Amino acid sequence: MSLPVPDTARDAASLRAAPLLEVRNLVKRFPIGGGLLSRPRGAVQAVTDVSFDVARGETLALVGESGCGKTTTGRCILRLVEPTSGTVCFDGTDLGALDARAMRAMRRRMQLVFQDPYASLNPRMTIGAAIREGLVVHRLAEGAAADARVRALLDEVGLRPEWASRYPHEFSGGQRQRVGIARALAVEPEFIVLDEPVSALDVSVQAQVINLLARLQRDRGLTYLFIAHDLGVVEHLATRVAVMYLGRIVELAPTASLFTRPVMPYTQALLSAIPIPDPAAPRDRIVLAGDPPSPASPPSGCVFHPRCPHPARDAACASIVPPLEAKGTGHEAACLKQPPTAVTPAAQRAAGGSHDPVFSLPAAALRSRGASGTGTRAAGLST
Amino acid sequence: MTAPPTSAATAPLLALRDVRVRIRTARGTITPVDGVSLDVHRGEVLALVGESGCGKSLTALTILRLLEPPARIEAGSSIRFEGTELLALDERALRAVRGRRIAMVFQEPMTALNPVHTAGAQVAEVVRAHERVSRREAMDRAVAMLATVGIPDPAVRATQYPHELSGGMRQRVMLAIALVLDPALLVADEPTTALDVTIQAQLLDLLREAQRARGASMLLITHDLGVVAEMAQRVAVMYAGQVVEEAPVGALFAAPLHPYTEGLLAAMPRAGTVRRELATIPGTVPPPEAWPTACRFADRCPYAWQRCRTEAPPLHDAGDGRRARCHLVEEPARRADRHAPAAAGTA
Repeated sequence: MSLPVPDTARDAASLRAAPLLEVRNLVKRFPIGGGLLSRPRGAVQAVTDVSFDVARGETLALVGESGCGKTTTGRCILRLVEPTSGTVCFDGTDLGALDARAMRAMRRRMQLVFQDPYASLNPRMTIGAAIREGLVVHRLAEGAAADARVRALLDEVGLRPEWASRYPHEFSGGQRQRVGIARALAVEPEFIVLDEPVSALDVSVQAQVINLLARLQRDRGLTYLFIAHDLGVVEHLATRVAVMYLGRIVELAPTASLFTRPVMPYTQALLSAIPIPDPAAPRDRIVLAGDPPSPASPPSGCVFHPRCPHPARDAACASIVPPLEAKGTGHEAACLKQPPTAVTPAAQRAAGGSHDPVFSLPAAALRSRGASGTGTRAAGLST
Repeated sequence: MTAPPTSAATAPLLALRDVRVRIRTARGTITPVDGVSLDVHRGEVLALVGESGCGKSLTALTILRLLEPPARIEAGSSIRFEGTELLALDERALRAVRGRRIAMVFQEPMTALNPVHTAGAQVAEVVRAHERVSRREAMDRAVAMLATVGIPDPAVRATQYPHELSGGMRQRVMLAIALVLDPALLVADEPTTALDVTIQAQLLDLLREAQRARGASMLLITHDLGVVAEMAQRVAVMYAGQVVEEAPVGALFAAPLHPYTEGLLAAMPRAGTVRRELATIPGTVPPPEAWPTACRFADRCPYAWQRCRTEAPPLHDAGDGRRARCHLVEEPARRADRHAPAAAGTA
C-alpha cells in the first residue's frame, strides 16, 4: 500500500501547485434511438465543453439539477463512460492515452462512492469480502494481512471490525454508506468521486457521514469531486463549487464567494430556491418559469437565456455562447450581462443585443446566507 | 405565525385520536404507528415531520384508510373528519369522502398516475366519479384545473400521457387531480421530494397559493425542515411511531423542547456550520421490533437519566400550544446536564 513516491526531479512546491486533476473541453454525446439496424435519430449532449482543475486536498463540488450532466462528468473522469472528446489528466497523466491495463492500475488511485450503497454492494457477499476485493485485485494485500486491513478500515469508518462477516442487508443505510466508503478507501486512493453520497440518508445520519468524509479527507489528504444537488451539504463541505446547467459549467467559484455573491442568474435562482429552515426568514425568491429545456435540443447562445430573469437579457444572449470568464478573484461565470466580460458591448450589439451589461444581484439570491437557521441567522442579512 | 383558534367552539377539521397501526410479520407483531393524536384545523397547514420509518406516511394512509393488509388500524383508534368518524364508514360512504372532501398527493407521480390515460382524462375521471356531469364538461373542468396549477398550453397537455411530461409537470397533474373537487383537506406526502430545487420552489408556491385561495387545510408530510419552515403554521414531529413534539412553527425552530427535534435542527448543514464538525444524533433509529419500552429516544438522548429508561413519558402539555413527549417538561433543570448519550453505535 505504498503511496506513489513523488518524482524527486520535480520540486515539492511545484508538485503541490500542480492540480491533481485537469479536465479540458470535456464533451459527452449519447445517441438517441437507433438500434442494431436503425441509425440514431439524434444525440443528447450531456456534457459540453467542460473544463476545470481540482487541486490536491480540495473538495470541488459539482452541483446542478437532474440532467445537468454532473454525474456524466464524474463518470467520464473515471472513464466509466468514454468521453466523446476532451482530455482528463490525472497527476500529469492523460487518462485518454492509457490502454485498458494501465487504466486499471490508475483506477486504484481514483475511486467512486455511489449514492445508493445498497445497489452497489453485492447482497451475497459479506461486507468484509466486498472491502477485501479491491485489496486482492490490486495485489495490495492477501491472506491474514488483507483481513487485518479490512478490520482496520471498518474501524476507520466507524463500524465494528467484527461486522466484516455480515451481509449488506444487516446494515442501515448510513452504515452501508460507511461500507461503500471503506471499500473505496481500501485501495488507498488519492482522489474520490463522491456521487450524491448522502442524498439517500436521513438528516441525523447524513450529518454523521458528512463528518466522516471531512475527517477522512483531513487524515488522508484526500481530494474529492463531490457531486450533489443539496446545496446545504455543498456549502458545508466544498472548497470550491462548479454549477452546471444543461451540460455546461455556468459558474465556478470558491464556496463562500459563490454563496454570498452568485453571478450567473441561474445560480442566483438556484440559491434562492433552497427552502430555508427558518420560519422567520424572508420569503421572496426568484421563481424560474417552466422546466429546463431538453438536452437533446439545447437553446442557442447562453443555454439559460430562455428562462433568464436578468434585466439586461437580450438577443445577444440567444446568439453568443458566453465564455466562462473571471468576474472576481477566482470567481468565474458565464454571463454576457454580468460585467466584467471580454465580449464587448459593441460585439453584443453586433449580435443583436440592445442592453449593455449591468451587474444584477437580486436580494433573493442572498437568501441562502439566511439558511443559517437557528442561532446563526444574524449574519448581516438585509431583510 | 398565528395558530388558528383551538377553543372547543371551533372543532378541528380532522382529529386523530390514539391511532394505532399493527402489522403482523413473520417475526411477530409490530406497531409502527403507536397512539398518534393530531388535530388539523380549518385553513391551517400542519407539517408532520420525521425520518424514514418513523410512521409519518403510514399515519397519512390511515386517514383515507388506504392501508394494505397485513397492516391494520387497531380498535380504539379514532379519526374524525368534519364531525364524522371515518373508521366507522363503510367502503361506499368512504368513497364519497376520498377524493372529494379529502385528497391526497404522493411523492412519486409516475407511480400514482395511470400510464395509459392522458393527463386530462385522469383529472376528468375524478370529476365524473363524484359528480353527474358530461364527459365534455368534465374535460373542460380538467383543462381549467390544469391551467390553475400552472401548466402551460393546458388543452395540449391534457391530451398527453404521463411519460410525455416532466417530473414537475406530472406533479402538477397530481395536484390538479387532488384539487379539482375543492377538497377541504389535502394530505400531501413528500410532494416535492423527488423534484429539483427550482421546480420544488415552483410547486411549493403553487401549493401554498392553492391552499390559501381555497381556504383548505393541509397535512404536509415531509422530512425536509426547510419545507416545513416555508409551508406550515404548526408542526408535529414523529419518532419511532409516536408524536414526540407538537408546536407552532416559529416556536419549534426557535426553541425545540424535545431533544430529538433539537438534534434534527442541529444536524442540518448550513452556512453557519461551514467546515466545522456537524452536530449528530448518535446511533440510529431503532426498528419497530426493537423500540425501547420507556422513552424511545433515551439511548440517543444527550439528557437522558434513569427515569427515561424506566418510565415512558406522556405527551406533556407545555403551554402556548406546545406539547412534548419528554420528562424534561417536568424537570427542565435537567436540560443543563448534557452528556454523551448511551448509544455508542453509528448509523
